Amino acid sequence: MAIPRFWREIPSRYNLVGSKCGNCGALDFPPRIVCPRCGRKSVGRMERMKLSGRGKVVTFTIVHDAPKAFDMLKPYVLAIVETDEGVRMTSTIIDVDPAEVKIGMPVESAFRKLGEEGEAGIIHYGYKFRPA
Amino acid sequence: MRSVSVIGVGETQFGELWDKSFRELGIEAGLRAIQDAKIAAENLDAIYVGNMSAGKFIDQEHVASLVADYSGLADQHLPTIRVEGGGACGAIAIHQADVGDVEANEILSSTTDQEWESVFGATFAGLYAMMARRHMFEHGTTREQLAAVAVKNHKHGALNPNAQFQKEITMDMVLGAPRVAEPLGLFDCAPLSDGAGALVLCASDRARKFTDTPIDLIGTGHASDFIAVHDRRDLTTIDATVIAGKRAFHAARKTPNDVKVAEVHDNFTISEVMAIEDLRFVPKGKGGFATEDGETALNARVSVNTSGGLKARGYPVGATGVAQAVEIVRQLRGEVGKRQVSGAEVGLTHTLGGTGGTAVVHLFARGD
Repeated sequence: MAIPRFWREIPSRYNLVGSKCGNCGALDFPPRIVCPRCGRKSVGRMERMKLSGRGKVVTFTIVHDAPKAFDMLKPYVLAIVETDEGVRMTSTIIDVDPAEVKIGMPVESAFRKLGEEGEAGIIHYGYKFRPA
Repeated sequence: MRSVSVIGVGETQFGELWDKSFRELGIEAGLRAIQDAKIAAENLDAIYVGNMSAGKFIDQEHVASLVADYSGLADQHLPTIRVEGGGACGAIAIHQADVGDVEANEILSSTTDQEWESVFGATFAGLYAMMARRHMFEHGTTREQLAAVAVKNHKHGALNPNAQFQKEITMDMVLGAPRVAEPLGLFDCAPLSDGAGALVLCASDRARKFTDTPIDLIGTGHASDFIAVHDRRDLTTIDATVIAGKRAFHAARKTPNDVKVAEVHDNFTISEVMAIEDLRFVPKGKGGFATEDGETALNARVSVNTSGGLKARGYPVGATGVAQAVEIVRQLRGEVGKRQVSGAEVGLTHTLGGTGGTAVVHLFARGD
C-alpha cells in the first residue's frame, strides 16, 4: 500500500477517530463525509469523534491460509468487533489462545504494528484488539 | 427493459489453462456462442465484455476493443464496452446489454475493502468465514451442513464435461481437509479458474429468425451494498442479493416457487447457504438444513448449481455470471444430458462481487 494511502488514515488507525452525524447522531468508523442514513442533510455536519476502543467480538475466524505479509502470525484470529459506542470494525485479536475466543467476548484496542513496506520501507501501525 | 432473448451460448473448459492466453479464452467462448446462434459478424450491434483485473494481472486495459479485434471484428467498428464489478462483471454485462454479444474473461480478486479490512489481515476466505461463524451462532447452521454444499456441487460437477473438478467428494473429505479460515476448510472454497463464457443476445421479436429455442431474459436485478462486511445491517444476510432478487422477480412477474433450476454464487459453501435464503428459496436460517435434506440437489425442489457451481465447475472470477447463464440457457433448452433438470421452465442466476458489495440476479425462461 502506497505511503500516502496509509499516512492519510493515521488519525483513525492510531487513535480510533470516527465521525458523528450532526443530524441523526449516529457514529461511523472510519469517518465519513456523508452519513449513510441521512444523506445530504448530514453534509457539513459530520464531526470527528474518538472511540473508546472497548467492545465485544461479534464474529471471528482463525486464519490458517494468509497473505505472505501475515505468514509469521499464522494461525491468527480475525474478528469483527463492535465497540461500546455501537461501531463495528475488522482487526485481529491478539494475546489470546485462539481456542479461547468466543462471540461476545469483551476486548479492548491495542496499538500494534500491522505490517511494513518490504524490508526497507515504512512500518504501518494501527489497532488490534486483546481480551479486556 | 426491452425484451431480450439469448440465441447463442458458448463456454470454454474451466480449470488451470496454462496453454491459453486471455484473448484466446475470450475468443474461443465468443466464437462458440456465435456459431451456436448461427449468426455472422454483420449481425452484431455491440460487444459487452465483463472482466475483472486484466490491468492488474496481465497489464492489459482496453480489453473490450482487444477482444473485438482478435475476434476478427475490427472492421465492423462495433461499439465495445467493458464492465467491471468484482466477481459480478459478467452478470452486470448481461444486465447492461440490450442487444449484443456478451463475452467475459477470467481472473482474481481485490474486491474487499483494502484500507479497512485487508490491511488488518482480513482474507477473502476469512471474511466469509466470519459470516459463516455468525450464521452458525444465530441460526444453528452446522459444519456438516456447510460441507453438504460442497459434496452436492461436486456430485453435479462430475456430470459436467467442462467442469474443473469432475470428481465426487465425501463429507469426511470436506471435514478433514486442511483449514483455511475456520470454520471453512479447503473444500469449502471454490478454486480460481481460467475460462470464459459468452452469450449472444437478441431483441425477442427477432430471436426466432435465428433459433427455434430462444431463451428469454425475463427479469434482471442489480444491487450494491456497503463494501466492508462489518458495515452491513446483518452479517448473515447479503442484502444486495435480497434486493437484486426482489427486482428480478418483480420485473419477471415470477416468484421463487416458479424457479426449478438456479446457478448461485458458491465461492464458499456459506455463500450458497445464504444465497438460497436471500433469494427466498428457503426461509432465513434454513439454508443449511435444506441443503442437508437434499432440497437443492439435482431434480429436487429446486436444483441448485447443476453445473457444479463455482466449487466444481470452477470460478473464472469475472466470467462467472456468463458461465452461470450458459448453464441455465442449456438447462432450459434441455440439452445438458445427465444433469438435465426435468420440466425446467424458469431458471435463475445469482452472482456476487466481492463479499456482497454487488449482487446481480437474472431470470430466464423458455421462449415458447
